[in-house]
Amino acid sequence: MNAPMKPVHRTLPRYSATFDPHTISEIQRAAATGIYDIRGGGAKRKVPHFDDLLFLGASISRYPLEGYREKCGTDVVLGSRFAKKPIRLKIPVTIAGMSFGSLSGQAKEALGRGASLAGTSTTTGDGGMTEEERGHSSILVYQYLPSRYGMNPKDLRRADAIEIVIGQGAKPGGGGMLLGQKISPRVAKMRTLPEGIDQRSACRHPDWTGPDDLEIKIEELREITDWEKPIYVKIGASRPYYDTALAVKSGADVVVLDGMQGGTAATQEVFIENVGLPILAAIAPAVRALQDLGMHRKVQLIVSGGIRSGADVAKALALGADAVSIGSAALIALGDNDPALEAEYQKLGTTAGAYDDWHEGLDPAGITTQNPELAARLDPVLAGRRLANYLAVLTLEAQTIARACGKSHVHNLEPEDLVALTMEAAAMARVPLAGTSWIPGQTGL
Amino acid sequence: MPSFDLAAAPLRDLNQALHALPETTNETHWVIDNPGGKHAIACGLDAPITVEVNGHVGYYCGGMNARATIRVSGNAGVGVGENMMSGEIRISGDASQAAGATAHGGLLVIDGNASARCGISMKGVDIVVKGSIGPMSAFMAQAGNLVVLGDAGEALGDSIYEAKLFVRGSVASLGADCIEKPLGPEEIEALEGVLAKAGLEDVAASDFRFYGSARGLYHFHVDNADAY
Repeated sequence: MNAPMKPVHRTLPRYSATFDPHTISEIQRAAATGIYDIRGGGAKRKVPHFDDLLFLGASISRYPLEGYREKCGTDVVLGSRFAKKPIRLKIPVTIAGMSFGSLSGQAKEALGRGASLAGTSTTTGDGGMTEEERGHSSILVYQYLPSRYGMNPKDLRRADAIEIVIGQGAKPGGGGMLLGQKISPRVAKMRTLPEGIDQRSACRHPDWTGPDDLEIKIEELREITDWEKPIYVKIGASRPYYDTALAVKSGADVVVLDGMQGGTAATQEVFIENVGLPILAAIAPAVRALQDLGMHRKVQLIVSGGIRSGADVAKALALGADAVSIGSAALIALGDNDPALEAEYQKLGTTAGAYDDWHEGLDPAGITTQNPELAARLDPVLAGRRLANYLAVLTLEAQTIARACGKSHVHNLEPEDLVALTMEAAAMARVPLAGTSWIPGQTGL
Repeated sequence: MPSFDLAAAPLRDLNQALHALPETTNETHWVIDNPGGKHAIACGLDAPITVEVNGHVGYYCGGMNARATIRVSGNAGVGVGENMMSGEIRISGDASQAAGATAHGGLLVIDGNASARCGISMKGVDIVVKGSIGPMSAFMAQAGNLVVLGDAGEALGDSIYEAKLFVRGSVASLGADCIEKPLGPEEIEALEGVLAKAGLEDVAASDFRFYGSARGLYHFHVDNADAY
């Protein structure tokens, strides 16, 4: 008869906070492949965000408006500083620049359809303008990028506004890399490059070297388009006070400020997670720059980077933005990371909700791909309707909050309507810590 | 022959008048006086006209030109012929940085020297520089021909794609992934074609050396990390 087994007292496996499972897998992957991880999307780490702010709904000292009964305006005019033909949008939510090449033609068409239904604009991306998006976007912003892939003066004139891209929130100071597997014959032709090779997008404009040159570049674009179209300048959030001031000094009609949660087609994970500022920290300095120059509301400010809900929209506007822009959220509305495709995501070694290897061109949803069979899965009419629905919800939510704060237009929201839940958020957003009148660092820039 | 005095009338009027020309215009030869180094002169043209500029021009002269012929009797500032699509630009003097930057087509001829980053990110244009060019020229050049009768500065053709570079004089150094290649019949034919367009039939193509991409950096590989 065997002796009874003695109980074994072992501690449960415990992962290191420093070397957590993800970190360990990254070290192992780096050692095996010799290349850093490249992925799409924006920062996944938790950073101070709009969730750390709350609105102060009206009670006695403020007087609310009646939901569903009293009107709350949402229209916005962009580019009123110099352009003969400013942009007029029904809602303060625009679609951010995303390239054909990164996205399928069907996805670009769907973005155009959805935005047009909602009364807002879409934006081209690296690689030029496609008929899919020009044909389906009632208002289209044409990006003028460092790579100048597909840059064409005819398309410049067909656009409704021009956005000079200096940087992106996901990678301020960085260029791009569209890996060869997404370079279809059409993408290669548009970019004047051989098929199938990795395509680098430059990190800086080749023909100017700083803010003084930017001013002259803006003048050139205005001259080419006869001063009709608004000129946006897009910057990645890193030094928002100075970059906004220099964009204004250079003659921008609109400044687009993109926080680190903003997505990208493909960039190094280490870059996405470690460079730039959360959008919450970037808005207040940008607004302060506009105010210091006497240009707040004269040069409009669009902010982007992790906008998800009408509350985010309302908070960005309350902090001083004129509009917001969405990229990742728009792709999710089209059908990105749809749980119905879970089996296919698992085949790719991931799961719905975490898929970010957009550069591989294998997107089961047919959105971030140039594979014709995968791209054909996306119905641009249905996906456009889904995007329009989502944009409507963002707007309704923002209106609901604005009414509760007693505002007859979403642009009447103001920092005084906000408090912060954490000291960090209070310091970054320059609003008081909840229950106090304390704004940390109020006297700084 | 319409003329325009930039000392007396604003640049905006000139460019808008040039943009407004109908396809069948008889006003096909314009003369611009007193350019005074102004920026963006005759940019965004899209008509088969000739524009003669008497004097020096500033940044982005002839920017995004399509179909027009622009002749400058003087020097040109940064980015002459920026993103040109077609047509022709000729500079009788020297050109500053980024001449022909990102240009997709057409012909840019510089009688004098061109400064740094000549032909940067060029995408199909033919550029002929009768003098010498500065450093980092043809950086990330994608397509087209850069022909230099003089010398080239450092890091010529750094990170080049499929553009063809022809230099008659010395090259201070080549950039990453740019190598000298044999000047074969195909290259000689291309070079002679560009020289002829520039009016240089008396220059022998065989005097040039040919540089292009080693295509070693077309796909990222960690063993090439030293090149990045």
